[in-house]
Amino acid sequence: MKPNRCWPPGTGGTGCDQPARTGGGAAARELLTLPQDLWTARDTTPDDVEAALRNLVRRAHATDETLAPARVLNLVVVIEARWQELIGQRLAAVGRYHASRTVLCTVHDGRDTLDATAAISYEEIRNGIGVVLEQVEIDIGQEHLDFIDTIVDPVIISELPTVLWCPRGPDEVINRLMRLTDVILLDSDDQPEPGEALHRADQLLDSAYVVDLAWLRTTPWRERVAASFDPPWRRPALDQIAEISVRHQGRSRASALLWAGWIASRLHWDPAPLRAPARGGGLEGKAARPETEVGVKLEPTEMPTPGLAGVTLACEDGFSLSLDRAAGGLCAHRRSPDGHKATWKVLGASRGEGGILGEGVRQALLRDPTYGPALDAAREFCPG
Amino acid sequence: MTAVAAPAHENPLIEGLERLPVHPTVLVIFGGTGDLAHRKLLPALYNLAHEGALPERFELIGIARREQDHSDFRAVARESIERFSRRKPNKDVLEGLLADMRYLPGRFDDDRVYARLKRTLAEFDDKAGQPLNRIFYLSTAPEFFPVIAGELGRTGLNQAERAETRIVIEKPFGYDLASARQLNAQVLEEFDESQVFRIDHYLGKETVQNLLAFRFANALFEPVWNRNFIDYIQITAAEDIGIGGRAGYYERAGALRDLVQNHMMQLLALLTMEPPTAFEANRLRDEKLKVLEAIVPPSTDEVAEMAVRAQYAAGVVGGVRVPGYREEDGVAPDSRTETYAALRLHVSNWRWAGVPFYLRTGKALARKVTEIVVTLKPVPHLALRSTGSVGVQANQIILTLQPDEGATIQLGAKIPGTGMRIRPVNMEFRYGTSFLSESPEAYERLILDAMRGDATLFTRNDEIEALWGIIDPILTAWREDTSSPIPQYPAGTEGPDEAKSLLAPRHRWNRL
Repeated sequence: MKPNRCWPPGTGGTGCDQPARTGGGAAARELLTLPQDLWTARDTTPDDVEAALRNLVRRAHATDETLAPARVLNLVVVIEARWQELIGQRLAAVGRYHASRTVLCTVHDGRDTLDATAAISYEEIRNGIGVVLEQVEIDIGQEHLDFIDTIVDPVIISELPTVLWCPRGPDEVINRLMRLTDVILLDSDDQPEPGEALHRADQLLDSAYVVDLAWLRTTPWRERVAASFDPPWRRPALDQIAEISVRHQGRSRASALLWAGWIASRLHWDPAPLRAPARGGGLEGKAARPETEVGVKLEPTEMPTPGLAGVTLACEDGFSLSLDRAAGGLCAHRRSPDGHKATWKVLGASRGEGGILGEGVRQALLRDPTYGPALDAAREFCPG
Repeated sequence: MTAVAAPAHENPLIEGLERLPVHPTVLVIFGGTGDLAHRKLLPALYNLAHEGALPERFELIGIARREQDHSDFRAVARESIERFSRRKPNKDVLEGLLADMRYLPGRFDDDRVYARLKRTLAEFDDKAGQPLNRIFYLSTAPEFFPVIAGELGRTGLNQAERAETRIVIEKPFGYDLASARQLNAQVLEEFDESQVFRIDHYLGKETVQNLLAFRFANALFEPVWNRNFIDYIQITAAEDIGIGGRAGYYERAGALRDLVQNHMMQLLALLTMEPPTAFEANRLRDEKLKVLEAIVPPSTDEVAEMAVRAQYAAGVVGGVRVPGYREEDGVAPDSRTETYAALRLHVSNWRWAGVPFYLRTGKALARKVTEIVVTLKPVPHLALRSTGSVGVQANQIILTLQPDEGATIQLGAKIPGTGMRIRPVNMEFRYGTSFLSESPEAYERLILDAMRGDATLFTRNDEIEALWGIIDPILTAWREDTSSPIPQYPAGTEGPDEAKSLLAPRHRWNRL
């Protein structure tokens, strides 16, 4: 067992002899962990891990009665050992949206025993309460995957919703853990083939509520387009959209498809598979709407972070609206039917990738009825 | 009046969105250099901008008497945001918000100010290529409310073609029933009630709104939420600090106007109203009005039996010696302004007949706390003996609004051991442990609601008058009583002993 990992929070310093701080971005809360709040064991059992957590929480509360355990949701993460550092960094950067109890199962080749670390950390005391977050890290072997549910089950808080995140993990693990899972967190942009990623999301949607980080990357773009067409005098333009185009990071085609799928499903268009154009990258094609068609373009573009770079909606009467990523928000360009052009900035701070994961955790408590229809439409847009 | 055609189409794109659209808006803050603007409004606007919650086209104009130009105003706004925002500002978002912020200096009764305002609004409309909705936010001293509303009406700024115009009025809305009625009449001469948003920031607090969720989303409580099960209810809004530097305001206001007439009576209304058929502005406010109208105002003769006032005397708060109220700077040595008020009210309707509601608020008390304590009736027959313990006590449901937001249910439980001894224990729920989201500031929610035209959390004209109607006889009786001594309580204590006189036998004030 390696005692000095960068995750769980607070174990970053050598020997954990200092209160440590973690968190990413402006929205991150300060987390404190003290040495006595760490438990570690080799060749242990899930029951021992759970008992250790209970003791840590009880001891913390006895020491300071303002400390109370968070009781919002469990987050179970299963990853291969090679992704441990990367995923640890993402977990540490979720900002304010930490799960109440996070259980990270790291799969190592050749391991046949369970080693575990349990730790608790406190958010800074506000309004008389210091919220205690619990983190468990269990090192398991490949052979444990066949019965991983029996390892995770005793360690989660059974009365809370459980979110499962298996970044780059095999589907068998998800299937094994499905009986414990209320929400599956996934990132369709993570998969090399967007069509397969969306198909997988669709299959999982039959068994649990799905929070797709690729979908969450489109949220500001959905909100802003919805707002732009919300004034009553502009709503009729929704029936006159002639073309949409989505600019996206090369690896975020799933996000682009989901955004296009969202608008198609909301406006009852009938999508057809997109195809690669004769020149240039990306995809293009059509969606049918009553009596006519809408042109659909997905254009990959250079950008450092995953997600969308811009969207454009053009109407039959010459009206068009473009939104493009810019510092401090989105840059909006509008062309009126009379040719008048206007440019302005729509304010909003980027959440960053840490913020997207945090938002995924938060969304696990909500229900978005539009993801499923958007996913269906996005799959229909996928090249055959 | 604003006339906007009903939408021909619904907007199918808003389904499922957590953040509903807000139409392009220009916000005009009268009193843009004032304390409220600096501490609350500008930081709230920044936080809305940070979260991408402001409309796609948003412009801000500050108006105040101070002579300064746009860049001075922007510099002060930047400082306010950097100092008071609940999050560290993002440089690009902040620059974007400040970029075209405007300032118009002048007196609120000066025609030239409104002429310049009209031109600036037209300029913003032209720049946007569309008419922007207009919100006039009156964050000024209350004597300017009718002046500004009148000027806006006279200059035609109370309506706009193809856009909504709204007026947001800060508290205090009136000084008593007569002045509230007069102000309502003056404002409603120029604006339709649907355009008027009377703000009580307390209603924007998450925990206040959660009273409705607590009552109407839980089958557990509603069956006992009536006179058959509830013995009495007390609402406390206690502060451990004195009046600080607010003598000028407080000498005129007093505890009854400062907290009871608005915040505490709103809490009482939310606690006692019938379930609305929908969480929609007028349906909610209709129910609040009904219950406020069921509170029979006392006659001036009855006031002495149902209300207690007091002032804090010198004492010790948190280990620090503090002066008495009459010794504070700016307070008259013979001041009769109350720093403590306690009331006993009754809601005369089927649900609440016979249940006393005790309200108390005060400055320089033992602890800062805002809470509602619902005490249930004792069990009708007690088979368990109380020997050797504090015994079975009536259940209490304690809803804490600040500082430690949450709910506690006090239950009787067996003390471990061979005997059947009972003592009260607490079942606690704390917001911080059960939600991931951080509560937005009340002003963020309310500004957004005003921009969206959602008046659910704002006070309607008839509601304001009903609130004053309950308080007015008490104010009158206290004003007319110029001779009887004002009870004093040492700072840092639970308040005056006289407050106990309001309680029915067996009832008690919960310890602060």
